[in-house]
Amino acid sequence: MGNNDTIEVRDLTRRFGQFVAVDGVSFDVARGEIFGFLGSNGAGKSTTIRMLCGLLTPTSGTAIVGGVDVTRDPEGVKRRIGYMSQRFSLYELLTVDQNISFWGGIYGLNEQTLAERRRFVIEMAGLAGREQTLARDLAGGWRQRLALGCAILHEPAILFLDEPTGGVDPLSRRQFWRLIDTLSQSGVTVLVTTHYLDEAERCHRVALLHAGKLAAIGTTTEVKQVFKGRPILEIRADKSVEAMRLLDSFPEVEKTSLFGTAVHAVLRDASQPGSGQARVTADDIAAKLRAAGIRVDGIAAVTPSLEDVFLDVIDRAGGTAARPGSGQAA
Amino acid sequence: MTKALAVYRKELRQILRDRRTLMTIVFVPAFFLLLYGYALNWDIRHIPLAVQDRDATSQSRALISGFTNSGYFDRVADVYSPADIDRLLDLNVARAVLVIPEGFARDVLGGRRPQVQLLINGDNANTATTVMGYAGNIIRGAGAALAPGGAAPAPFVSVTPRIWYNPELRSTLFLVPGLIAYILMITAVISTALSIVREKENGTMEQIRMAPIDTLSFVIGKSIPYFFISLASASLIILAAMVLFGLPMRGNWGALLVALSLFIAGALGTGLLISTAAETQQVAFQAALLTSFLPTLMLSGFIFPISSMPHVLQLITLAVPARYFLIALRSIVLKGTPLALLWPQMLALSIYALVMLALASLRLAREKG
Repeated sequence: MGNNDTIEVRDLTRRFGQFVAVDGVSFDVARGEIFGFLGSNGAGKSTTIRMLCGLLTPTSGTAIVGGVDVTRDPEGVKRRIGYMSQRFSLYELLTVDQNISFWGGIYGLNEQTLAERRRFVIEMAGLAGREQTLARDLAGGWRQRLALGCAILHEPAILFLDEPTGGVDPLSRRQFWRLIDTLSQSGVTVLVTTHYLDEAERCHRVALLHAGKLAAIGTTTEVKQVFKGRPILEIRADKSVEAMRLLDSFPEVEKTSLFGTAVHAVLRDASQPGSGQARVTADDIAAKLRAAGIRVDGIAAVTPSLEDVFLDVIDRAGGTAARPGSGQAA
Repeated sequence: MTKALAVYRKELRQILRDRRTLMTIVFVPAFFLLLYGYALNWDIRHIPLAVQDRDATSQSRALISGFTNSGYFDRVADVYSPADIDRLLDLNVARAVLVIPEGFARDVLGGRRPQVQLLINGDNANTATTVMGYAGNIIRGAGAALAPGGAAPAPFVSVTPRIWYNPELRSTLFLVPGLIAYILMITAVISTALSIVREKENGTMEQIRMAPIDTLSFVIGKSIPYFFISLASASLIILAAMVLFGLPMRGNWGALLVALSLFIAGALGTGLLISTAAETQQVAFQAALLTSFLPTLMLSGFIFPISSMPHVLQLITLAVPARYFLIALRSIVLKGTPLALLWPQMLALSIYALVMLALASLRLAREKG
């Protein structure tokens, strides 16, 4: 059995009829860790979270959340966790104070604890002086922080955040992540799903989910190791689409993708025995492009981003899912 | 229970802040009562009557006064030729034409049975039947007064009908209890159904499901505010009906409260059950319409008597709670029937409420788990 502030998942599977939404997923999350769950829509993130929260029964496999088996005691899980989704589930027609009172009542806090926690939440969310404001009159960032405050009123050891920053401005997002960091430092275990890859970089560890399967897991540095021996060149050229087509025809280029106006080209692993490739440099590639009449404005080896990793993972899985971060469709 | 209390407080605060919903629940029923109470009325008065008096005697005039003094008929025209009769009926100037033949007075005085003709516009069968009934009564009354010696020979068996509880046979008294059931069903079912579906749409329901609160506490906390609001709304309607339509209250207020409470509990259960199935407010609204509006209007005995429905429909009405509530309400309000005699209706209402609340709780619990 796990501790009361960790998550242990083993071979978790959930089927809906013939469709396998989550397929044999295993991972552990340690106390105080910020664990990021990445994946395109329909990859199985939400289904996994719903199982971990005791809302959906797994078809097979186990999940121990806060020391409680989610299959055996889903209600016990609910007492130990906090949950917040991108919809910031607040009651629009209640004031800040009344929202806090309601969730305090639902979590069964006594009067004294509620008073303490109310002060904490108001301060944390920066809502001092706005206690009597209706939730619907709050700006996005405040609503989000109030929703987070309501989700942790009962001081859960484990916090689930399902795309918590949807529809919030960048400044508020940064403030929100500072709160998450503080919570994690105080020992709260955080499992967060996100579409934003810059947010994923702030996680201690990430798991990449694709078609219900765990495609990669580790710290962001570890995950990027898939590109070990396969340097990535970022090329800025005048005709990027043409340059991309040309690059694809080079034997030393494994694949290309478009990043804004720049092209990322992944070079084949030359160290692999039998690859038959000689080490090529950025200058070689630039020269070949110029020879073909493309004006190269810049070319440099870059460290892989999570987006590179994500595309690579999907590529090798043979999928065609939309990359995260490219759209905000929930 | 403290969790149910938290839900109850929250719900009440939301309702009080949501002026539009509050107005809908409290005042729309009273408005409905006004609208339906005045519009839904089978009593027919001031029927335009044309008269062709070919006899022109004091006896024939006495018969005509019998019509005009009854309050049911207004003499709008005098007719002199058969062609006029067609024209008056065609143009809807008159709905009925009384033709008194020559020799009417002679027959009356001679002790023979006099004949008069009454032509009624039958394009509305209901109205025609009613007009016929009124006219028959008036003619019988006038005939008795005109008979020589002041009294007609007494028949062997004489029937003296006396109508109890509603001696003037005012249809309002019969319809208002039905209206109360109808209006209550609408407000209670729709307001509860919408209140939960709204939480689904806003995402707060998902948050509730993630929280450690049992279904029972949630359902109790959620329905109690609507229960009291519906009860208040019902009292308002009944008071309004007493003031505006002269609805008597012959029974016990306690008995009325019991009947109302059971009926409202069933309506709340129906609303909850709908909310477990519907995902949007629109769907919930339509489902509420189909399951509560129509049966309460058509299959409860509110307007159409159940005893004259086809057998299959009569069986279906057994599952319509308004059917039992109507019997109870009419009995308590019009007849002053004690509650003890209404136990079959109370039992049926209790069963309906229990089944609905149980089904709704089961479905909510399953969605939760």
